[in-house]
Amino acid sequence: MARGHRRRIPVFSYIIRRLISAVILLLIVSAVTFGIFFLLPKLAGQTTDQLAQQYIGKAPTPADIAAVKKNLGLDKPVYEQYWDFLKGIFVGVDYKFGPEAARCNVPCFGYSFKTHIEVWPEIQSRLPVTMSLAFGAAVVWLVSGISTGVISALRPGSIFDRLSMGVALAGVSLPMFFTGALALALFTYQWPIFERSDYIPLFENPFLWARTLVLPWVTLAFLYSALYARLTRAGMMETLGEDYIRTARAKGLHERKVVVRHGLRAALTPIITVFGMDLGLLLGGALITEQVFSLQGVGAFAVQAITDNDLPKVLGVTLLAAFFIVLCNLVVDVLYAAVDPRVRLS
Amino acid sequence: MTDSSENQTEPAAKAGKAAKAGKADKAAKAEKAVKAEKAAKGSEAAQPAAAGAAGPPTAFLEVRDLKVHFPTDDGIVKSVDGLTFSLEKGKTLGVVGESGSGKSVTSLAVMGLHRASRQQRSKVRMSGEIWLDGKELVGADPDEVRRLRGREMAMIFQDPLSALHPFYTVGQQIVEAYRVHHDVDKKTARKRAVEMLDRVGIPQPDKRVDDHPHQFSGGMRQRAMIAMALVNNPELLIADEPTTALDVTVQAQILDLIRDLQKEFGSAVIIITHDLGVVAELADDLLVMYGGRCIERGPAAEVFSAPQHPYTWGLLGSMPRIDRDQTDRLIPVKGSPPSLINVPSGCAFNPRCPYADVPKDDVTRTVRPELRQVAGGHFSACHMTQEERERIWTEEIAPRL
Repeated sequence: MARGHRRRIPVFSYIIRRLISAVILLLIVSAVTFGIFFLLPKLAGQTTDQLAQQYIGKAPTPADIAAVKKNLGLDKPVYEQYWDFLKGIFVGVDYKFGPEAARCNVPCFGYSFKTHIEVWPEIQSRLPVTMSLAFGAAVVWLVSGISTGVISALRPGSIFDRLSMGVALAGVSLPMFFTGALALALFTYQWPIFERSDYIPLFENPFLWARTLVLPWVTLAFLYSALYARLTRAGMMETLGEDYIRTARAKGLHERKVVVRHGLRAALTPIITVFGMDLGLLLGGALITEQVFSLQGVGAFAVQAITDNDLPKVLGVTLLAAFFIVLCNLVVDVLYAAVDPRVRLS
Repeated sequence: MTDSSENQTEPAAKAGKAAKAGKADKAAKAEKAVKAEKAAKGSEAAQPAAAGAAGPPTAFLEVRDLKVHFPTDDGIVKSVDGLTFSLEKGKTLGVVGESGSGKSVTSLAVMGLHRASRQQRSKVRMSGEIWLDGKELVGADPDEVRRLRGREMAMIFQDPLSALHPFYTVGQQIVEAYRVHHDVDKKTARKRAVEMLDRVGIPQPDKRVDDHPHQFSGGMRQRAMIAMALVNNPELLIADEPTTALDVTVQAQILDLIRDLQKEFGSAVIIITHDLGVVAELADDLLVMYGGRCIERGPAAEVFSAPQHPYTWGLLGSMPRIDRDQTDRLIPVKGSPPSLINVPSGCAFNPRCPYADVPKDDVTRTVRPELRQVAGGHFSACHMTQEERERIWTEEIAPRL
């Protein structure tokens, strides 16, 4: 079993290497975002007083400002503030407001300017919505997109191929707020098949959970499955012309196995890469879909934060999005190594 | 010939079916019926009235008037246009010719690889007959041919790196080839794979079996490919330029291996190549292709010692030989291979043939020469008389080689 052992070590070190670079990437993203919100205003001439004022609301007294500055450490140099911010994420922060003390739990992203609520619990409460939306839509678009692409690639020029590629073109070019609104108009208002309702947690009632999300899933997946169908079609057309496909046929394999086990397997690798990116982006909030279907997810939260100019919220949601993208890419890289044995050596 | 009686009933049954169908829907099934009738002819061989050529094959592999045409926007590409040959078990047939002469298309046609998928079937027009061990393959159901593929006939491809799947281990690919045709569990199949790798001379086969193709060297990959092709003990092995992509030092090893394995398994081998050295090494019989047709065939020794076609002379003249003076120049065949859409009229070789004007009345440019017997099993398709050819060969060509 010496060989099996030798085989596992490169994979392991590969994962470690990717993990380290993922952490570094996250640090850079957090530093840059933090810099944008706390260093740039300073460079642009904003005083720490003005910065502190945002935490207090209307008509602050100089004493209030001084207290906030001291409490939040706004008078410290920026790098120290960044360090405190990072520390807050990993160990939490204790604030003292005069006699009362507040504990901002791990991971602490600070308090909202507007609502004075901790940022993280609010994001946390919205995560299930966004995750349900993203994963559900991902399943729909992977299944529909890839199968459409494969069938099209097997019969290029057929009616199915032309029709599906035409629909795919429409899917890629039609904006979400149009298809989403259209879906709502047709299936919620014209024919109320999917009634409009708030998000219902999966474990509370799986059926209602799914029913609320069907329209957002389909609308979101429409865009992506169009893209994936075209990607799959192109990839399949290419791999089906490869020599190893001819070899597979020469073995006497059933054509279905040739297509799936030999063709699709090879065509899937680029799709996995794109999928990692797409899913990561979506987990950081599906802005438009959540808006159109009034889902209280991370995306809606981000939009609200930006319009309110609520820096801690924006910072939190940005880091979260970056985290998901980095995480998904990490998973993709590891998957890649598992799928394509040639990756490990390079 | 126990097999043939069994197989003869099959086309007959097909013809019967087609006839019934024809009554129900004549127009639509007419084509099928014609095909079936053609196949049925094979089974009527017992009747002396049946046409001579359509009798049952006596050889293990018999190809009759095979045509493989590909309709394209520019016209019909006649890759193979009327090819006939036969091959016995235990014998090796060398198919030579330049690129685009139809060698590979022929081998893929025998394997049924032009009709493996629906898409391929829509792009090819095949006619003629391919008889393998008493079964006709051109008119057969593609799924039936698929079941023969890999079991009764197997193929080795030119470039083993691109012909092996990069994502699966060598072992997985051999196991897959074995399990398509044998209902065994993975463990047994894996044992068989290790055994085959050992047989084709891969050191430490029990460890190498878990390597991926990119971890093998070129020669080892081709050995693995051969192991995969032979895993089901096929009776027909087609090697399509098996050494072209390989290092010269490895070429001889691979050829030796193919020869040894053929002796061991007693299979029929078709070796396709443009390298006459390979053919000289292995082949019992030789078939020279030009423009999708056979222009000369016969026992390899005879074709080499007394070739009867100007194109064959050209091939021999352009082959580098170590036993000749280095100052002697190679004699290339002038011009380029013919277009398979617009094959030259008359003899396809006439634009490049230095002797095109030897036969009288411009017959080389108007009439297509048919294969004619030279002696014994030696055939050649040339308008020149045998005396003319023999004179040119002995006086002009042979001394320069």
